[in-house]
Amino acid sequence: MFRTIINSSIAAGLIMLLAGANIAADSGMTINGAGATFPYPLYSQWAYKYNQITGMKLNYQSIGSGGGIQQIKAKTVDFGASDAPLKSAEMSESGLIQFPMVMGGVVPVINAKGIAAGQLKLDGTTLANIYLGKITRWDDAAIKALNADVSLPDQAIAVVRRSDGSGTTWIFTHYLAAVSPEWKEKVGADKAVSWPVGNGGKGNEGVAAYVQQLPGSIGYVEYAYALQNKMNYVLLKNRDGHFVAPTKETFTAAAANADWANAPGYYLVLVDQPGQESWPITGATFVLLYKEQANAEIAKTMLGFFDWCYSHGDEMAVGLDYVPMPDNVVKMVQATWKNKIRANGKAIYP
Amino acid sequence: MELNSLKKRRRFNLGIQILSAVSALIGLAALLWILFIVLQRGAGALNWNFFTRLPTPPGIAGGGLANAIVGTLFITILAAILGTPLGIMAGVYLAEYGKGTKIATIIRSMTNILIGIPSIIVGVFVYALIVLPSKTFSAYAGAASLAIIMLPVVVRTTEDMLSMVPNSLREAGLSLGAPNWRVILQIVFRAARGGLLTGILLAVARVSGETAPLLFTALNSTYMMHSLNEPIANLTVTIFNYAMSPYADWKSQAWGASLLIMGAILILNIATRLAFRERSRAK
Amino acid sequence: MNLHVRRRPGASKGDPLFKWIALSCALVIPALMAGILVVLLLDSRLAIAKFGLGFLVSDAWNPVTGDFGALSSIFGTAVSTLIALLIAVPLGLIIALFLVELAPPKLSALFGSAIELLAAIPSIIYGMWGLFVFAPFMANHVQPLLGKYLGFLPLFQGPPLGIGMLTAGIILSLMILPYISSVTRDVFNMVPPVVKEAAYGVGATNWEVTRGVTLRYSLSGIVGAGFLGLGRAVGETMAVTFVIGNNHQIASSLFASGNSIASTLANEFTEASDPLYLSSLINLGLVLFLMTLLFQVAAQFWLWRITKKMA
Repeated sequence: MFRTIINSSIAAGLIMLLAGANIAADSGMTINGAGATFPYPLYSQWAYKYNQITGMKLNYQSIGSGGGIQQIKAKTVDFGASDAPLKSAEMSESGLIQFPMVMGGVVPVINAKGIAAGQLKLDGTTLANIYLGKITRWDDAAIKALNADVSLPDQAIAVVRRSDGSGTTWIFTHYLAAVSPEWKEKVGADKAVSWPVGNGGKGNEGVAAYVQQLPGSIGYVEYAYALQNKMNYVLLKNRDGHFVAPTKETFTAAAANADWANAPGYYLVLVDQPGQESWPITGATFVLLYKEQANAEIAKTMLGFFDWCYSHGDEMAVGLDYVPMPDNVVKMVQATWKNKIRANGKAIYP
Repeated sequence: MELNSLKKRRRFNLGIQILSAVSALIGLAALLWILFIVLQRGAGALNWNFFTRLPTPPGIAGGGLANAIVGTLFITILAAILGTPLGIMAGVYLAEYGKGTKIATIIRSMTNILIGIPSIIVGVFVYALIVLPSKTFSAYAGAASLAIIMLPVVVRTTEDMLSMVPNSLREAGLSLGAPNWRVILQIVFRAARGGLLTGILLAVARVSGETAPLLFTALNSTYMMHSLNEPIANLTVTIFNYAMSPYADWKSQAWGASLLIMGAILILNIATRLAFRERSRAK
Repeated sequence: MNLHVRRRPGASKGDPLFKWIALSCALVIPALMAGILVVLLLDSRLAIAKFGLGFLVSDAWNPVTGDFGALSSIFGTAVSTLIALLIAVPLGLIIALFLVELAPPKLSALFGSAIELLAAIPSIIYGMWGLFVFAPFMANHVQPLLGKYLGFLPLFQGPPLGIGMLTAGIILSLMILPYISSVTRDVFNMVPPVVKEAAYGVGATNWEVTRGVTLRYSLSGIVGAGFLGLGRAVGETMAVTFVIGNNHQIASSLFASGNSIASTLANEFTEASDPLYLSSLINLGLVLFLMTLLFQVAAQFWLWRITKKMA
């Protein structure tokens, strides 16, 4: 009996080593990235398509913007991804550059008894008060005031937010700070804040999962998550006083206001934009790379991938209701690559 | 003892007996509940795609966990290769050379303590020691963390098993003129081999289900492994990621992976238990 | 046993080498222990320098302002572990009693193995079952009942979400049950039969023998088993991370969500994007390591006492 066990384990071990060696012989470079969960549904589809075309493997770990920044600073990945852009000082200090890859909308999602998708209306102040813990039940007067024609359940609100360092949180809290002076003073806006209330989900995935699971919950996710999982989203009152639904049209309307040319290091906040059709919680997601690349081949492959995403990825982006970067911004980014990124002193793009 | 009426004492005793039987049943019921759920939810996910395809992005159907299965097997076997010889030799020292010495007593206590160290602390340790300086998550780091968790378990079972070998065997070997090391390797090991193997297999089973240390060392990957110095896909971190996701097909795959891991661990546990009992009875 | 081998020319040249190899391997154990302690200390020095011992009593956890404190994590660890012990120690004792005194040998072996299999189930499986099956069960059936009848106590107030301290504690109790039950069973088996037989001889019932003889003799062992379970429970990560709710708060209700040291590490470690944050997390890890050390040493001590006593 034991001889069989020993023999089979040795056999298994040898098979593994052989398999490993075999696989090691295959082609296709691997690029390692980590960070924002905001664009993950899109990045994973882009990477899948690109792998089918070129064989390049993109290993993207969706661990949150905070994680992306930390890993690229520790140089454990080839690029980081974050929806919270770095300020110029931090960038020059660390030797990184950043560029916006795609834009999207952050959407409140709910799981409340008897309310259908797209039925509930909220405004910035009410949303902030829910997240401050001041409004604790769905049938609160403030929510009733905005939703005269909806039958609100007598249910406690279970607030869900992020437990990790998140660019989506950065965008969301910037919005809350813009519309609620109390939020701005008490909590502020950042990738991770001292949340007054709420259960913490890990990543956009975790927040979506919690909202699906917990009765009476409210959370905020990038729209692709609400779309792919058929979640119950809300309508928000924008700056111009209109209630808008989260759609690619309203995200595009908000993004149209973005003045990329005058943004130092592409640092821009896109929340609470003017415009009748603008979705109030919009943002961009960024890729972070080192100016000085250690490995020219990896750098060239990386930029090749990002270039392809700009030129061939629009359809997939729009399919998930993301907003592709406008052409003029893409040209600015390509110029940045050409002028700023070096490997061993030599430019690697184009 | 109280001198109460016999009837009262007997009734109380019966009550306790019933309570204890019920408690044992509660424990059993919990076990069966968990096993049943994993079987029920995981069985549906274990199809051909699961074992042969790589993961696909959310929104594209037909993905599988072939890379994670290979990855877990690989890291576990590598960890076993790293941890087993070290653990066995350490156990040899404690059982054969160190009996009664102060240093052996200290090492033995430390071994027992290390067995109880949270695996997440081992993960933090290996992160600081290997991942940060090498600037990459890797299969090496993952295997190292699992080997560190395996080590004290193997040491203890080796020491226990070797100590159970009667001295008469050792004396017989020595009296024939064999050097001590030969006696240990060829006689004592042979006598204890059932128990030794059981200990190793149980340790391997245990680390194959570990998640926390791999979170900071091997990370995860969507592709098949092709280098030891890169993040490697594995079942446990995949279960963690997929379970916390909102996607129905990912959650189903998480259950499938859970069934796979739990099935392997249970089979190993039950098989070694049965085999060991058989052998010791046959003796 | 140190067999003294007479050196024969050429025959035992391998012996000192072999012994030296074995010794070096054995020394890896203390090296590892020291290594872990040193690494944890070194990498927490930023946090220690900034917060000092106040870290242990501060309930802040604000990555924005860089103010960190261990209290909310320690609180979560303490509460979930306490619930686990309150359930697992009595349950484990009674099960051990059943296995040793009351069950026929075959049944005892079967049940014993079944309980021990609970220990073989990996933490992440407990997490999966906990999040997708047990938490909804708690939310739909158990918590509303508790809230209805015991809701006057602040312990059972708040919305029944299913996830939270109570659920985490119950799942932990299942995970440490096999350790407590099997150690207690071993300890019960060590009680000299002659004393038990004497008690039976004067007409004591099963329970009276247990209470008067077995339990009294085994007390140190039971304490040791308790510490062993405690040591395990504080370090459990995946099961707790799935169901505790990930909220750095100190709440009075068992229905509330919280955080344990292990779940904080699992959730936030790879994302700590600044050195003080990372250092504070490692400081938390140091606290956990020292806690586990303490409990393991205590367990060792009490179990050593009982072995001495019974021998």
